[in-house]
Amino acid sequence: MTKTFVIDGKTIPFEDGQTIMQAASAAGVYITHLCHNPQFTPHGSCKLCTVNVNGRNCSACTFPASEGQNVTNISKELNEDREKITQMLFVEGNHFCPSCEKTGNCQLQAVAYHLNMTDNHFPHFFENREVDASHPDVMIDHNRCIFCTLCVRASEQVDGKNVFAISGRGIDKRLVVNSPSGLLKDSALDVSDCAAHICPTGAILIKRTGYSVPIGQRIYDHAHIDAVALASEGEAHDH
Amino acid sequence: MQGKSELMTYFAQQLKVDIGCTRADGLVSLQSTSCTGMCDQGPAGLVNGYALTRLTPSRIDQIVDYVNRDIPLTQWEADLFHVDDNIIKRDLLLNEKPLKGQAISATFARGLRETLAEIELSGLRGRGGAGYTTAWKWTFCSEENATQRYVVCNADEGEPGTFKDRVLLNSYAESVFEGMTIAAAIVGATHGFLYLRGEYLHLLDKLESILAARRAANLLGCNILQKGVDFDIEICLGAGAYICGEESALIESLEGKAGIPRNRPPYPVTQGYLAKPTVVNNVETYVAAANIAIHGGAWFAKLGTAKSKGTKILSISGDCTARGIYEYAFGTTVNTILADCGASDVLGVQVGGPSGVFIANDEFERKIAFEDLATGGSFIIFNNTRSILDIVHNFSHFFAHESCGFCTPCRVGTSLLKKQVDKIVEGHGSAGDIVALEELCQLIKNYSHCGLGQTAANPVLSTLERYPEIYQAMLKKISYEPGFDLDKSLETARRMANRNDAAAHLAQVEN
Repeated sequence: MTKTFVIDGKTIPFEDGQTIMQAASAAGVYITHLCHNPQFTPHGSCKLCTVNVNGRNCSACTFPASEGQNVTNISKELNEDREKITQMLFVEGNHFCPSCEKTGNCQLQAVAYHLNMTDNHFPHFFENREVDASHPDVMIDHNRCIFCTLCVRASEQVDGKNVFAISGRGIDKRLVVNSPSGLLKDSALDVSDCAAHICPTGAILIKRTGYSVPIGQRIYDHAHIDAVALASEGEAHDH
Repeated sequence: MQGKSELMTYFAQQLKVDIGCTRADGLVSLQSTSCTGMCDQGPAGLVNGYALTRLTPSRIDQIVDYVNRDIPLTQWEADLFHVDDNIIKRDLLLNEKPLKGQAISATFARGLRETLAEIELSGLRGRGGAGYTTAWKWTFCSEENATQRYVVCNADEGEPGTFKDRVLLNSYAESVFEGMTIAAAIVGATHGFLYLRGEYLHLLDKLESILAARRAANLLGCNILQKGVDFDIEICLGAGAYICGEESALIESLEGKAGIPRNRPPYPVTQGYLAKPTVVNNVETYVAAANIAIHGGAWFAKLGTAKSKGTKILSISGDCTARGIYEYAFGTTVNTILADCGASDVLGVQVGGPSGVFIANDEFERKIAFEDLATGGSFIIFNNTRSILDIVHNFSHFFAHESCGFCTPCRVGTSLLKKQVDKIVEGHGSAGDIVALEELCQLIKNYSHCGLGQTAANPVLSTLERYPEIYQAMLKKISYEPGFDLDKSLETARRMANRNDAAAHLAQVEN
């Protein structure tokens, strides 16, 4: 007999070893997330996938599914708090959607829309963050980095290169590049690497491809992030 | 609390270097530090990692002279580095000075399984603060299917206001190591670590020589006391991060990685150091275990309350006449403790450090116990000359500085909390700011990845609950107040425009 647990009243089947996120995606239930991508080891840092499991808040992307769990994913409180966590990411960095090449393809922006975020709520940090445009084909705009570590994981787990890491502590945390100069041009990164294409925001962009898809025809211009995520990631979880 | 800011200013003047900078000749840098575990003999500092205690202007003059003459540390007067134990009240544990090997011999004589049963009978719970039942932790670790297991002693005593582990390691190290060895024999570990906070560097040589003597006495190493148990202990130094007191961050640090708490489950007892089952216990827990091995569980359980057996060693500091180490049976009231240490005119007590709770002076009949005031041992007394908001200001800066930055709610939240507290303390708060403050606190508390974030808002929450009027009094009586000094912000513009007439100034509030 298949093991099951419950999310918002819906019975979800799961297999041993699956996380709540994996089982939910496979069953067509979207849980907001940014640092999670089913291709890679879960990280559990953005906390947007926080769900309530038997009365306790847990990260769905790392917490194992088990028989009889009663999970709350959609509630007014959880969604309002997820909105505030998203707002935290916006004020921490410098995100100007109208002038960002990633607009319409950006998961941070799409999650914000999904959570009905209409302002930044918290005071801005206005941190001075650098842009590294040294690489011939790829650029890093640190203003838009949310420390999801997807590029770190992709470089390590798919490209086998360890080009990226996160360095520093607390609010001074920064994405760093593994090269003698600290610049992307002196690293092993190639434009064809998975790490160059995995960024959920506009922090890592491919040069000379800007606006090749016009605004209005981009991923989240016509579809909500829940539908997009379930269509692509639900399959990935099944494998 | 002991005049740090005046001394810092004096130090900077005498050294002729700005705080946070290195002097032009490169001989010396001066920085501010958080608690280094010397609260009973402060103000304290660190030089090249070694603790300096009881700093006064004259001792600072002496240090400045050594620095300016480039005298190596080894030739400085030893008294500058003298660290006292200051044990003031002894009970069950501190009265015991077992013979070397006594606890291990008693364990082998009784049997490993039987000794574990005594530890379960004693009701011993982890002394780091979380209070997990020690016997269960050891049992779960021993039941894991693994070829290698580890025993770790968490001596990363970083909670501001606590220093009892320093004293235990200085004067009761044999019991600490015996406790670890007993744990290792019971769970089946051959390798152990003492994770020593970097600020206790002064203890390293002494502890290493104790380990060497124990190896020579066949109390560590191969075939301990010819009973077929192999176990040795390695000391690892922390690098000053508060977060490494969290057991999974500590394990990451042991593995040579940055101190970032792991996702749990799996817990360390199933996948700890190098993904092997690992027992992590506090220094005091091992001392208690060693003594229980000698005297039995009933000896320990005769003191304490129903849910909190035995005694708790407290580090008492702040506004009292006798700062130091006090051992109390669980269930002792705060009033008793305050009377013993000579505290008067008390405003409140921070129990358990910044991550614990601030209790007001109408709550002093409360008890030290897991079910009431749980504490890892920090007990900081504030008298009525102290300001609640200064305390909260200090603690909120501490957490923002110590957040590892892994998860969004803690990384961004503790920095936002620091800003919000600053805004209110500096008099720029207005009507909605208390609500915003509380909302932010709840968010950090409910969504953070680990105990640091989950408790980082405690100083604000516990004082906001007890002293709402103090916060309210800081607010401007208008509906909106800019979070900064408007007129001051125009200073650059006035300078560039070369203007300083009345029209170049803006009132903070329109009249």
